[in-house]
Amino acid sequence: MIGLGLLKAMRVTLRNALKAPFTIQYPDRKVGIVGAAKEEGKSPIGLVATQPVTAAKAAMSMYSVPVNIPQNRRFRGNEFTWYEDRCTGCASCAKYCPLGIIEIVTSPGGFDVQEGESYAIDVFDIDIGRCMFCGLCVEACPYDALHMGSHFERSKYERDALVIPVDELRQALKEPSSWFRPQFEERDYDPFRDGAEDDHYKVGRHEKPSDETLDERWVEER
Amino acid sequence: MTTQVRTEPITVNLGPQHPSTHGVFRMRVTFDGEEIIDVEPIFGYLHRGSEKLAEERTYVQVVTLTDRMDYVGSMLNNQAYMLAVEKLGNVEPAPRGVWLRMIASELQRIASHLVAVGFLIQDLGAWGTPLIYTMREREKILDLFEMLCGARITNSYLRPGGVFMDAPAEFWPAMNAVLDELPPRIDDLDDLLTDNDIIFSRTKGVSVLTPEQMLDASITGPMLRAAGVDWDLRHRDPYDYYDQVTFERPLHTAGDNFARYWVRVQEMRESIKIIRQCEKLIEPGPVRPEHDDVPWLLRPPIGDAYAAIEHSKGELGFYLVSDGSISPYRCHVRAPSLINLTLLREMLVGELLADMFVSFGSVDINMGEVDR
Ligand code: SF4
Ligand code: SF4
Repeated sequence: MIGLGLLKAMRVTLRNALKAPFTIQYPDRKVGIVGAAKEEGKSPIGLVATQPVTAAKAAMSMYSVPVNIPQNRRFRGNEFTWYEDRCTGCASCAKYCPLGIIEIVTSPGGFDVQEGESYAIDVFDIDIGRCMFCGLCVEACPYDALHMGSHFERSKYERDALVIPVDELRQALKEPSSWFRPQFEERDYDPFRDGAEDDHYKVGRHEKPSDETLDERWVEER
Repeated sequence: MTTQVRTEPITVNLGPQHPSTHGVFRMRVTFDGEEIIDVEPIFGYLHRGSEKLAEERTYVQVVTLTDRMDYVGSMLNNQAYMLAVEKLGNVEPAPRGVWLRMIASELQRIASHLVAVGFLIQDLGAWGTPLIYTMREREKILDLFEMLCGARITNSYLRPGGVFMDAPAEFWPAMNAVLDELPPRIDDLDDLLTDNDIIFSRTKGVSVLTPEQMLDASITGPMLRAAGVDWDLRHRDPYDYYDQVTFERPLHTAGDNFARYWVRVQEMRESIKIIRQCEKLIEPGPVRPEHDDVPWLLRPPIGDAYAAIEHSKGELGFYLVSDGSISPYRCHVRAPSLINLTLLREMLVGELLADMFVSFGSVDINMGEVDR
């Protein structure tokens, strides 16, 4: 019957029109006086009394608060977390990258009685302008030295600025994502929690094999 | 008294950069007045050479290329590719991994159908609103994917023999919440669109394709089922564990634009049922085979393998040839979008200008997959 279907459709539209919007404002959203007062930690009246300029701005909807988008901890972010002390310069990550955008140059480093010979990392550049954040490099790293990051705001004006050089990797904030690092999730690590674990040793690595398993692997299997 | 207006055929070029063509697709259409008298589809504008690129990447690296073929159905592409690799390399998959990838691909099927339905309605001229309704639901599924594998579109979640990592603990309650929310939303969609008189009059009886025509052109998927042919690979040739779950195959007999839309909406409900069953049947265990059994640098024995799945758009198949090295010697994709497009002329000739994009949208193609 003509008309009934349309009425049904109108009901759905009306129901949805009365709901709060599902969209998230990013990167900030405009708030009124009440929201501004909450952001400044004051009551609305207190805000008008102490910060009239801010209050006026808020009233004209020119006051905005940043919006934090909830992310999951496996999120493959675009800055890499790299621990130099764990990296042996084996270049597994560079070989495993489908695009070949990791450049590694090493030179013979020191000698340690416990660890054996080591290599110093001279160059460890990741050209994230071409990276597709597949995370295969992280999967390939046998020493848990490379992790995906957990952030995504890294736009630049020039292409060259998209290459992450080794110095930047060294100093970068260490908030690795738990992509391909099950031990992070076992220990309930969350890069988005306030004061997320900075100290990676607490977050942990893959289990170190025990002496028995190593014996078995190296002596008995051969 | 009727007056006869003398018209002349006029040829119009549409696209490749046209907002209604679902990507970069070009059509040379000849009109006589408002009626379409000839259509020449021209594609290839999004060709990225995925098949060739696959020849110089290892078997695991190719999974990132499959993500980018049909970018609204990445999980399904991953699944088809992995089935082919497993067949080629005689890999025994890990059961939990298989269940997880079934769940992931059914979720993806819902998301993909939501996109198809939303854009079909958008093509009808309902600008914005119904599309945003479907996108809202799809967004929730993409959030689940982010939980599962850290990415929303370019998943790369599957590995030969399973998935790369088990689902996190927070995934299961989140997935149940989404599955509880979805059926009322699909009912809403039904109320909003399926019983809508405007949709009826615009889509019923337009671009009718007969089963014979479609079988001749190897068309598969919801398009074929909309004409009453009961052909679903999940049922006909069960891959993974589809033989252990029960589901219905919604069929329509009209074969017109409305039937194609209707079949998709009903299939979403069936997918929800399948996921619920998978959730009951899944058991703890490893999600992928040991590295010793399936190394990262997989070297399948010399030979070839073809594996196909029921993608949300039709039969998606991967044909791989191995020469015993670490990368495929040849990788061919049977892309449902491309093959479903082959009847475009039959669909459009004789229809009106305003229905052109509706019929085109009802095929549910993805240019990323057509051109690869
Ligand atoms: S995330 Fe993927 S594309 Fe990017 S550097 Fe790692 S392996 Fe290469
Ligand atoms: S795979 Fe890991 S240890 Fe080896 S070079 Fe890369 S980051 Fe360093």
